[in-house]
Amino acid sequence: MPTVVFVLPTGESRAVDVPPGTTLMNAAVKHGVDGIIGECGGVCMCATCHVYVRAEFLDRLPPIKDTEEAVLEVTNAERLPNSRLSCQIKMTDALDGLTVDVPPSQR
Amino acid sequence: MRAGAVIVGGGQAGFEAAASLRSEGFQERITIVGEEPHLPYQRPPLSKGFVLDTHGLDEIELRPAAFYEQHRIDLIVGERVVELDRQARHIRVASGASIPYDALVLAVGARNRTLPVDGAELDGVLFLRTLDESREIKTRLQDARDVVVVGGGFIGLELAAVARSLGKTVTVIEAQARLMPRVVAPVISEFYDRLHGGRGVNVLCGSTVTEIVGDGRKVRAVTTARGRTFPADLVLVGIGVIPNVELAQGAGLRVGNGISVDDRLRTSDDAIYAIGDCAEHPNTYAGGRIRLESVQNACDQARSVAASIIGRSAPYSALPWFWTDQYDVRLQMAGISQKYDRVATRGSIDAQKFSVFYFRDERLVAVDSVNRPADHMIARRLLASRTAITPEQAGDETVDLKKIGR
Repeated sequence: MPTVVFVLPTGESRAVDVPPGTTLMNAAVKHGVDGIIGECGGVCMCATCHVYVRAEFLDRLPPIKDTEEAVLEVTNAERLPNSRLSCQIKMTDALDGLTVDVPPSQR
Repeated sequence: MRAGAVIVGGGQAGFEAAASLRSEGFQERITIVGEEPHLPYQRPPLSKGFVLDTHGLDEIELRPAAFYEQHRIDLIVGERVVELDRQARHIRVASGASIPYDALVLAVGARNRTLPVDGAELDGVLFLRTLDESREIKTRLQDARDVVVVGGGFIGLELAAVARSLGKTVTVIEAQARLMPRVVAPVISEFYDRLHGGRGVNVLCGSTVTEIVGDGRKVRAVTTARGRTFPADLVLVGIGVIPNVELAQGAGLRVGNGISVDDRLRTSDDAIYAIGDCAEHPNTYAGGRIRLESVQNACDQARSVAASIIGRSAPYSALPWFWTDQYDVRLQMAGISQKYDRVATRGSIDAQKFSVFYFRDERLVAVDSVNRPADHMIARRLLASRTAITPEQAGDETVDLKKIGR
């Protein structure tokens, strides 16, 4: 099963096995990764599952749709070029090893 | 504090209150008492993805069971709270146990309004609020052919969209003159009328259901006041909710259209708070007291109440927002539009991408966006910061709303 690594603001890394088709947000919530909240349930309404994607994985991700783009405008932590909503990234085998940084705040 | 915080209600508000107390450093005991026999879960998918099977159970549970252990949250499910004793500061559950509290949070939600007509108890007449009810609807939809939806609000229309996308014959019967009349402007009601009509749903506004007709115990048809009869093997009723005030009322707490709270979400007893669907609270965006049924309200009030219990109380002031997904169309709402005196429309209704800006006394009070997520997010900022904007600016696509007030 492909793995995602969440790097917390404390520097601690949490590796989580994610079944293909599951979103990063769902996997993080399921495994109790602090700092990924997913208040709206993963429908691009709340901006509480914001992550920074490590550069080497950026071009393997699905493109940012209008709904995600709009929500990225209102993230609590600063939006950076590698900002994504983890509810919009579904796991695939090709993303094995995907590493994302959890921002210091979500709301 | 010794007895700690007790939260009555295991919905999103109750869950979020417990989680926020812990994340904010509350060290005492936290107990959630929920009536349903499930881990706390999200309700929005129950009328959408959960029925269509695009969301599984593990996706709608707010957290796995391990979360509650890890965070030392005592989660009691399948238990009904039957009594609140304010003098003794404890609650009593149906199975007999008493649970003491120092701070009590009533996140007791609401229940469905029932349909006061003959036949409402027939087999095949279903209501939706809980996970079990959603499962029942999902099962019944498999074999249903003719679905009648009573109520043209969010729940009714979301269920109509689901049933229609499963190929059912769908009729929506709304008593008021237009769809979603309490929450959106006529231009949006008309848009949704055409949207559902275009997908083959028979939408009837200004029609009252007078009887549900059965074949033995099983539903067969729905009759309206004008004497029309619609065949139905499944009737889905979504005609609003009634806040669960009885526990509070029985304990002598002040109630109105919900459990009455002040701007710190405190009831008339300083040790007791009420949040979420059941709480009638002062809301600056509504210009008065209001009760809101939404994820935003549940979560923001939960965080606010956690801050109060910890001793960092501040007036509750979050901007209300809501959404509804019907087919592939998303309506996002920010602010409270009631009592508006002017609207401005931005974008194209024909292209199914537009926003309606609501003004009262020349002040922006709410924005409803259809498939315009950027407008919605900008609207939240404009409303929360009370940025001045004119109807002319709102309706003019050459004006960049992002730059207003910046």
